[in-house]
Amino acid sequence: MTTHLPDRQQPESGAPASKAAAAIEKARSEGRAALIGYLPAGFPDVRTTIEAGIAMAENGVDLIEIGIPYSDPVMDGVVIQEATVEALANGFTVPQIFDVVEGITRKTDAAVLVMTYWNPVMRMGVRDFAERLAAAGGAGLITPDLIPDEAAEWLQVSEELGLDRVFLVAPSTSPQRMQNTVDASRGFVYAVSVMGVTGARTSVGAAAQAVVDAAHDAGAERVCVGLGVSSSAQVREIGAYADGVIVGTALVAALRDGGVQAVADLTRELSTGAAKVSAGGSA
Amino acid sequence: MTDMHQDTGLTGTDAGAADAIDAGTAEAFLSHDQSLRHAPGPYFGAYGGRWMPESLIAALDELQDTFDKAKADPEFTAQVAELNKNYAGRPSLLTEAARFAEHCGGVRVFLKREDLNHTGSHKINNVLGQALIAKRMGKTRVIAETGAGQHGVASATAAALLGLECVVYMGAEDTRRQALNVARMQLLGATVVPVTNGSQTLKDAINDALRDWVANVETTHYLLGTAAGAHPFPSMVRYFHEVIGDEAREQILEQTGRLPDAVTACVGGGSNAIGMFHGFLDDREVALYGFEAGGDGVETGRHAATITLGRPGVLHGARSYLMQDEDGQTMESHSISAGLDYPGVGPEHAYLADIGRAHYEPITDAEAMEAFKLLSQTEGIIPAIETAHALAGTMKLGRRLAADLAPGEQPSDRIIVVNLSGRGDKDVATAAGYFDLLPDDSVEQEIAEEGEQL
Repeated sequence: MTTHLPDRQQPESGAPASKAAAAIEKARSEGRAALIGYLPAGFPDVRTTIEAGIAMAENGVDLIEIGIPYSDPVMDGVVIQEATVEALANGFTVPQIFDVVEGITRKTDAAVLVMTYWNPVMRMGVRDFAERLAAAGGAGLITPDLIPDEAAEWLQVSEELGLDRVFLVAPSTSPQRMQNTVDASRGFVYAVSVMGVTGARTSVGAAAQAVVDAAHDAGAERVCVGLGVSSSAQVREIGAYADGVIVGTALVAALRDGGVQAVADLTRELSTGAAKVSAGGSA
Repeated sequence: MTDMHQDTGLTGTDAGAADAIDAGTAEAFLSHDQSLRHAPGPYFGAYGGRWMPESLIAALDELQDTFDKAKADPEFTAQVAELNKNYAGRPSLLTEAARFAEHCGGVRVFLKREDLNHTGSHKINNVLGQALIAKRMGKTRVIAETGAGQHGVASATAAALLGLECVVYMGAEDTRRQALNVARMQLLGATVVPVTNGSQTLKDAINDALRDWVANVETTHYLLGTAAGAHPFPSMVRYFHEVIGDEAREQILEQTGRLPDAVTACVGGGSNAIGMFHGFLDDREVALYGFEAGGDGVETGRHAATITLGRPGVLHGARSYLMQDEDGQTMESHSISAGLDYPGVGPEHAYLADIGRAHYEPITDAEAMEAFKLLSQTEGIIPAIETAHALAGTMKLGRRLAADLAPGEQPSDRIIVVNLSGRGDKDVATAAGYFDLLPDDSVEQEIAEEGEQL
């Protein structure tokens, strides 16, 4: 097993192929940008998370991102913070993330990634966590506070198990760091649209496209944009230049206010924006 | 920044490799007198690093670059020295505490008087330095976190002096309990933002400061108040506090003609302790003791004894000891002292603990308050409750040293230097309430019941 950074999001021979890459490529082959939906696990309970995840998959989402509620979520805005505080208050424990992943992957074809701050993974042990995630059918991890510089063990374990490594790049990312992060990623690269935390915004601005362009120029085959995306119009705007669009806060608010049905409705609405060629396409 | 990892090839996630390197470093230190001074980071053994969102890495790189250049710039070091001398009032005194020492087994005890600095604690050393760094980076705004308000007040002070906008994040519960410190910051021109997220404590104030920083990093420097957080904060904050240990070493040599047997300090995040310890790190014969907040007692679970009982983890950008549960969720800490009430600790302390260079012990609220009263009544110095933990630890240590003398030696042959990190004016209401000194119907009694620190 090599310990150096693998090349350009390509799986090494022997390891399973990237599930996230496959989901994005399938959308691409259908003339769409991939639609990625986020929900925190255990909000308001594990069963609802599974049902909402399945509802997203059945209504046009290509990849599902499930967050682990964490005590100190520095990259999250108020809506997601409140949801994760409630999940923890309702008794969510970290090992339940595998129940959620398995519950969704058993019923749908969507790729399921786990979004997690790093300490819960470190506490369980990177290898233990990764093996359980793989066994549950998970695609990989999105890591908002883990940069490739600190990720040696995760790089190695994820390579062995064929799990996706989704690192973040931002408008502030230097060209050299962009190259390093693109090289270290597997599945896709997560482009942070604005300098800030999660939360719906009326506009994600021009910075997002510049980040996506820089990641593509550094060799990234798949770049998805997250932070601030809440409407089908924004999905359409971003889908014109990015390979996928990530929606979080708006879906969490929908689940909070209208339950699983509201998540299904919003997902269907958002998916109308993902078509690159003709309007109305959905999975 | 990418260079930093090539130096060590070490990551905090790889526990096996980390332990191996740790052991190697400790061995090197113990057998070859390897210098521990001026550790540059980003790693201290298996600790430290940058466990931070990518969005902030460019700002950390800029900070590191600016700090490295400033350290090498005589104009900058002269600026710091001038502010330390003519604004903060340095050097701070070294005072022998002969009557207090009678309660420490009769060993000689010297107090490093950081309480006499402007704003009443060691905090001023760091805020002046970082505010100057912020100016060098062209930032116009500083943000800070605060628990009881000490670092917030110090930050507001430095910002006022240097003409920077200042926003202080403070747990909503703390802004109610510390209304006078909020007023003090506002008098100094700062804006105080009550934090209603999470547990509404110091760690959540740091979280919100980090969220502000991500969104405003172009104009804003995060003036972190302790020697924790992502690289370069631990080594930079230590750098600005090294003056404490450097002065103390010179002063104790001048007053006694020898180095002390032990140096003590309280440890929350650990900035006053690391600044003090640094002066003596390579003096192998000087024992170093950090005293953590034991709260109601470490056996009760209500404490902030991070090194004593924590496990390695990552919080707020650094790998270090951390109070966390089985799931890796940060646990709430408890201490009568707001300044020590933090579930993490600076990474250099974690390293010094692992290699055995410094020792860390818990002190309960009750032990600290006893020492608080004792120093007040034997020396006429009211210490901060944080500092009282160091004093209580010094009493225990002094008795141990006195009980372990060689034949013919006197207790007075042993010397301990304590970092008296802050004064207790802010703690008068808490202490008056604790010792039941207030009439039941007084306004102050109501304040004390709410835990107000003036």
